[in-house]
Amino acid sequence: MSRYIPATAEDRRRMLDYLGVGSIDDLFSGIPEKVRQKKPSDLPPALTEPEMVRDLKKLSGSNRHTGEMVCFLGAGAYDHFIPAAVDSLISRGEFTTSYTPYQPEVAQGTLQAIFQYQTMVCELTGMEISNASMYDGASAAAEAAVLAATATKKKKILWGGTVNPQTRETLETYCWSRQLEHRELKISGGRIDEADLRDALAGGDAAALVVQSPNFFGNIENLKAMADSVHGAGALLVVSTDLLALGLLEAPGRLGADIVVGDGQSAGNPMSFGGPAFGFIAVNKPLMRRMPGRICGQTVDRLGRRTFVLTLQAREQHIRREKATSNICSNQNLCIVAASIYLSLMGPAGIREVGEQIMSKTEYAVGQLEKTGKFKRAFPGAPSFREVALIADEPVEKLNRRLLEAGILGGYSLEHRYPELKNGWLLAITENRTKEEIDRLVAVAGGEA
Amino acid sequence: MAKVLQDLKYTKDHEWIKVDGNVGTVGITDYAQSAMGDVVYVELPEEGQEVKAGEDFVVVESVKGANDVFSPVSGTVKEINEELDGAPELLNEDAYSHWLVKLEVSDRSELDSLLDAAAYTKLVEELEAEGH
Amino acid sequence: MTRTMETVFEASRKGRKGYALPKLDVPAADCGAVLGDACRKEAPRLPEMAEVDVVRHFTGLSKMNYSVDDGFYPLGSCTMKYNPKLNEAAARMAGFALAHPLQPEDTVQGALKLLYDLGVMLGEVTGMDAFTLQPAAGAHGEQTGLMMIKAWHESRGEGHRNKILVPDSAHGTNPASATVTGFDTVEVASDDEGMVDLDSLKSLLDDSVAGLMLTNPNTLGIFEKHVLELTDAVHKAGGLVYYDGANANAILGKTRPGDMGFDVLHLNLHKTFSTPHGGGGPGSGAVGVKAILEPFLPAPIVTCRDGRYTLVGAEERPKSIGRVRSFYGNFGVLVRAYTYLRTLGAEGLEEVAEMAVLNANYLAKKLSGLYPLAHKGCCMHEFVLNGGPLKSETGVSSMDVAKALIDAGYHPPTVYFPLIVPEALMVEPTETEAMETLDKFAASMEAIVARARSEGPEAFHAMPESTPISRPDETTAARNPVLRWQFED
Repeated sequence: MSRYIPATAEDRRRMLDYLGVGSIDDLFSGIPEKVRQKKPSDLPPALTEPEMVRDLKKLSGSNRHTGEMVCFLGAGAYDHFIPAAVDSLISRGEFTTSYTPYQPEVAQGTLQAIFQYQTMVCELTGMEISNASMYDGASAAAEAAVLAATATKKKKILWGGTVNPQTRETLETYCWSRQLEHRELKISGGRIDEADLRDALAGGDAAALVVQSPNFFGNIENLKAMADSVHGAGALLVVSTDLLALGLLEAPGRLGADIVVGDGQSAGNPMSFGGPAFGFIAVNKPLMRRMPGRICGQTVDRLGRRTFVLTLQAREQHIRREKATSNICSNQNLCIVAASIYLSLMGPAGIREVGEQIMSKTEYAVGQLEKTGKFKRAFPGAPSFREVALIADEPVEKLNRRLLEAGILGGYSLEHRYPELKNGWLLAITENRTKEEIDRLVAVAGGEA
Repeated sequence: MAKVLQDLKYTKDHEWIKVDGNVGTVGITDYAQSAMGDVVYVELPEEGQEVKAGEDFVVVESVKGANDVFSPVSGTVKEINEELDGAPELLNEDAYSHWLVKLEVSDRSELDSLLDAAAYTKLVEELEAEGH
Repeated sequence: MTRTMETVFEASRKGRKGYALPKLDVPAADCGAVLGDACRKEAPRLPEMAEVDVVRHFTGLSKMNYSVDDGFYPLGSCTMKYNPKLNEAAARMAGFALAHPLQPEDTVQGALKLLYDLGVMLGEVTGMDAFTLQPAAGAHGEQTGLMMIKAWHESRGEGHRNKILVPDSAHGTNPASATVTGFDTVEVASDDEGMVDLDSLKSLLDDSVAGLMLTNPNTLGIFEKHVLELTDAVHKAGGLVYYDGANANAILGKTRPGDMGFDVLHLNLHKTFSTPHGGGGPGSGAVGVKAILEPFLPAPIVTCRDGRYTLVGAEERPKSIGRVRSFYGNFGVLVRAYTYLRTLGAEGLEEVAEMAVLNANYLAKKLSGLYPLAHKGCCMHEFVLNGGPLKSETGVSSMDVAKALIDAGYHPPTVYFPLIVPEALMVEPTETEAMETLDKFAASMEAIVARARSEGPEAFHAMPESTPISRPDETTAARNPVLRWQFED
């Protein structure tokens, strides 16, 4: 008998007696004989807890990880420091093992945490309204594109070739399934080619431009100029960004964004081989009722006390069914609780300092690498944050193999996605890297070690 | 019992229409607002939009749910009641003095298939007797 | 429970901080010089708190939640079973939690093997040929599955098939997922036993139908006895059949969707496979398919070639619908589900279904004197009480009963779903509850119904009273949305 099931043999007998049935199997008589499973599933034998731990240790132990390697790899997942308080608090069963807050009286903890998270996202993005989070940044960008198409009643989505390739692939999937057209804009100097943007907007049939900043190469896009041309063509500007980067970077809402989306992993969530973390989406008032996903609002209870509830639910699937704005009926709740704990610990000064350290260390790393004479910036004119595209003087696979042997996880090889960037190497430098680690990277990458 | 006004035409879906010349003023009935409960938002169409009889063109959201409002007749939206924006509770206060949309009616003959006050009163009485 | 609490924004005091970064050990760069105009001009108003403030605040918040770790949580359709602590420890192991998703494949063979093995095991349990673990939630899984149905029809030159049939008892997610995948939803009526009416279904089948979505056992907790006839009829009409795995807890080891004729399904790993709900996520909506749909799975998929695990992307899989999100899924959730499956094995899984169904039938019978049941005969893992008669008799609604249950120390059942039962109370006890818990719950329900009869609705309006807040004013919340903290400045 499973240790997760309290019923004893005696309990089972008493329950069956109460029901007046001879065996548990009789309760399954509603399943037609033809489809009954005749033999047990062919699964590996059950493991006790000590055996299971051994199996897990073997599996996890056969992975290398950023706890023992020095990580300079980014491209959508980042090695930022997470204070111990974050995991300690989200491990509380009241956060981990509760359900969606549909009964607000017994879920004020989750609801207030969502409300606070929404406020933090608004503050960071410079937008008026945030929902309770999305699956991840890629699907948030796709939902934003769909939202823009509905709001503008147009059917064409533009995006830059500088958007993370995984986000672009997700956008393509969603556009195909929603019968939306799309066009990918050319790259010039590591940023969206503005002439190609003007050309794409000329027809007046675009619903939105999806632009990522910092983009996949780490470069800052010229959002303000793009906002003007996008709005002039009757389209919406969707900005995809990174939550933690907004500690140092200007809020997209102040630069003309209509919808701001992105990944929040960088704020308090481990990389966990790609998930779970969360995506965010924020809009201004005119798009409020078109927002996908759940939203928490403030109200009062019958005694006038401040209370939080899920609100604007008429948009959602359980009420609107086929007319819902989206089919999303969850949020990445535990991950946003982690993010809001992280952001509460850091405060405005903390995330600014994280941003400044990232910037300083990136500058230092690039400078040192350039000094070796073996690396140059792929896009010298473009300002970049946390990630920088370099051109190496050798194949990146060879370079990364050498680094790995020295316990360093090297940058992302750009050549596969961008054949024009031969020996292109996308390096990520977070606040978690030390001078000593950067120097070691430079030594090994420069071929000294 | 829910209020029914004498000089209006009604649909089975609880919309009312009052026609003056070629302009039809459309709203929801007292029975409808009562069944919906507290109205929290009204999503109105754009002026100039063309609608067919029976087409959903307004959404009245209440705490309980979202309710489609169907146009009683075909026509073009001439005017929307902007006073409901920010004051949706007006529909709960008096559903007959707060209209939703004014339509340029394109086919007056469609009015003939609508219910008059007596027929609509009968419908409401039946529904209320069933406990709806 | 904790009383209501100030927000972090009210608790903030200028100059406090809960972090310390190492001193910058490289030359400081100037933001304006490096980033120019892109530098932030105004600081975000995040709270300023010491670590102890943050810890007490979030501990306080947690105490305003009711969770499975607190007690009985019979929320129908949500499978709020106990979430084993070992699974939490597993997901936090450094080799899992600290692995970068883009590491070279030879450095993540353990993670890839875990994904591969989990897919194979889920395939065996459900009778499907291949799985993707990419979707982040049940709804995301539905969307992914429907996209594959769409792609399959398009690949056969039948892209005109634009209708998805959905029973009227289905979760709202089903029609919403059909819409977001570009399909029109057509509702199929249930018969008086709450099962899909075979004749109604047949009358709707024509060459515009792309598929049928079915939850089995359905939302009334009843197994569709005509399931083979249903899937067969859809196949004959050229459509595919989707299995919504919301209620898969009832059938583990007893029957397999793949053997019932389903072509594609999703499982909610956060329900059936015990990964915690986290207050609404993260979850996982793993999707399984029969061989005919395998080429359409989202990219990448994990395969095993010569004993080495590898990711295969869209470039090798031209029919793939593409990506539905970043990377490979909610990996941390998948580690938990893997651990659960390996811990239980085949016998353990069958025992889950058996005890889930025994507990549900036991509790249903205990409550059958208080409420009419929406089903006849045996239920599966959950059942629906009809609260209509109690409401007509006493004026006490199912929502009132739910609030009274909170004061009795329980999380209430799902109320007002499914829509086809008036004043529905949907109860799913799960297999991890003991008999005495069910007995006590039944006794509480009995006391509540007795009080409804003796005192009427007025006695219930102040409930719940044991919680930090009483019933919220949802009308004000929706009429005048306040969706973020309002700073005084």
